[in-house]
Amino acid sequence: MIYREAGDFKTSYAADNQTFPIRGDRVAYYLVIAFAFLVVPFFINDYWANSIVLPFLIYAIAALGLNILIGYCGQLSLGSGAFMAVGAYATFKLTVAFPGMSIVFVILLAGLVTAAVGVLFGLPSLRIKGFYLAVATLAAQFFLIWLFTQQPWFYNNSPTGMISMPTREFLGYPVTGARASAVSMYLFCLMFAVALAWLARNLTRGTMGRKWMAIRDMDIAAEIIGVNPMLAKLSAFAVSSFFIGVAGALLFGVYLGAVEAGEAFGIDKSFLILFMVIIGGLGSILGSFLGAAFLIVGPVLLKLLLVNQLGWPSDLAAHLEIMIVGALILVVLILEPHGMTALWRTIKEKLRLWPFPH
Amino acid sequence: MPETLLFAMEAAINGLAAGVMYALVALGFVLIFKASGIFNFSQGVMALFAALTLVGLQTGQIPFSHLINAIFGTRMHHFGFTLPTFVAIAGTVLVMIAFAWLVERLIFRHLVNQEPIILFMATIGLAYFLEGLGDIMWGAEVKRLDVGLPQGMSGPIDDLTFAWFGYGFFVDSLEIWAAAIAGLLVITLVIFSQYTKQGRALRAVADDHQAALSVGISLRFIWVLVWSLAGIVALVAGIMWGAKSGVQFSLSLIALKALPVLILGGFTSIPGAIIGGLIIGVGEKLFDFLLGPIVGSATENWFAYMLALVFLLFRPQGLFGEKIIERV
Repeated sequence: MIYREAGDFKTSYAADNQTFPIRGDRVAYYLVIAFAFLVVPFFINDYWANSIVLPFLIYAIAALGLNILIGYCGQLSLGSGAFMAVGAYATFKLTVAFPGMSIVFVILLAGLVTAAVGVLFGLPSLRIKGFYLAVATLAAQFFLIWLFTQQPWFYNNSPTGMISMPTREFLGYPVTGARASAVSMYLFCLMFAVALAWLARNLTRGTMGRKWMAIRDMDIAAEIIGVNPMLAKLSAFAVSSFFIGVAGALLFGVYLGAVEAGEAFGIDKSFLILFMVIIGGLGSILGSFLGAAFLIVGPVLLKLLLVNQLGWPSDLAAHLEIMIVGALILVVLILEPHGMTALWRTIKEKLRLWPFPH
Repeated sequence: MPETLLFAMEAAINGLAAGVMYALVALGFVLIFKASGIFNFSQGVMALFAALTLVGLQTGQIPFSHLINAIFGTRMHHFGFTLPTFVAIAGTVLVMIAFAWLVERLIFRHLVNQEPIILFMATIGLAYFLEGLGDIMWGAEVKRLDVGLPQGMSGPIDDLTFAWFGYGFFVDSLEIWAAAIAGLLVITLVIFSQYTKQGRALRAVADDHQAALSVGISLRFIWVLVWSLAGIVALVAGIMWGAKSGVQFSLSLIALKALPVLILGGFTSIPGAIIGGLIIGVGEKLFDFLLGPIVGSATENWFAYMLALVFLLFRPQGLFGEKIIERV
């Protein structure tokens, strides 16, 4: 009744081409944005920020990045953990070397550095694809992490081998370091998440996104209709790595504060992000957010239930969690290969006809 | 003979032994990939799971004891008896066959005709599931696995090399046994696939699914068969790795190295898997020995992958693989 396109007439090309053509979608989008920016900051506390909201926002950015690569361009990557590490270490090196530089600028630069590294490790994609490429990106994962743990230049010779983020301010409020409040950290991450989601959405529905999807669907055919496979693949690697690098920078700078590469950005992180993309839905912006929310909130709920309520030992709960995540991947791939977004799409189809389904 | 050369030779021989282990895991990958086109990421975790099951059966652990204890508040861990090694191995083989059947029945039957990349991701999910299952079933602590193979420095090799070079090489006798068993396994597999009915069916399926189907070969049976074979190969690999360094999670990470081995050897070639494993094993030990002091330690973590990456740029089909031909 509320949600349908009937009566919602478009009178200009701009209106016809807008991101959310149905009024219900548009209203919901603005409401969510307004809620996130205007309501949540008044209620957020340290517990919520640290256990759910911050990791959700940060991993959503990483999942967006990986989704561009896998879901839109069809290039499988298992190196996202290491690319996050590149973002984190670039942030550290830059902000220590230039303490006066604005933190936003530092994070964006770190993203660009990651993009460059991503293009470098994306070069093999010009010759190989599928799981061959997956193994090639594993090289990035292990080599980069080795670099960050074994070469003292990257962690400025700190005796523990860890890097820690100094306090940096944005608009007069500290957003990193120990003095940062939950609200400022939340708003800072939210700003990046919204901006990057907007960017991803508009990139993927423009020329570039169409080229990526053509490559994904059939690379040889795409080449024949005039898509340059080199530019398309490498740009996907660059954009994807940029997103993942920014996510790594935020994870290190805002959320964790101090990291050691092998521990914080190991191969399990690569898989975590991959699972977010698969469960959320390949080739969908909303899916990246849904997948990240599911895999961040799910374990927290499971831990609350098993450890706090039932009193199970926490290692048992952790093993059960791994098992459930693995089983979920299988179930999603078998029953709903398009992930949680496909469920959402079905709900929307039903809503359009509601309350008269025939 | 100069000292460094001798040390390098010793490193190479030890690398050869590690390479045998990589080759064993890679063998399991090749079997499944040839017969079903599935790139089985969970092969390493299968080795871990098989080794865990073997230890559990040997020492008479109660499966899921931690889970049962947590739910019902009981305190039981062991049945109170131990099984002889042979019975335990037979039991583990049965478990791996049951696992193969379940995998075919519950997962890959429903994913027929999906793109290879989807199948690949499904095996990643399977790997996670199996890892959690193994931990919950048998507990996650590091376990000692002893199947009665000799361990420690091999005396004859030490004596022999001392007589030749005046310097005794340190070679673990377990690794010599591992090499012998791996060789035996490969010979058995080759005989099986060349001279038995099922083996021929297996090769037919590997050659052409549809043609095999049309002459009356049951694809499902072959898939269960090949996953069982891969499970048995995983068991052998798990025994070897487990006896060497204890049964623990890192087993599945080491097994990840089988992926670059495959790239080197080619995805469809059994000799390729063996030779690729040996090259990677020797290469990473020598690289660490020669360049480790200059670039930093623990280069073994990435050497295999970087070698595979470089290889991919020049010869994507690997040393022995079939040429990749793309048709539109």
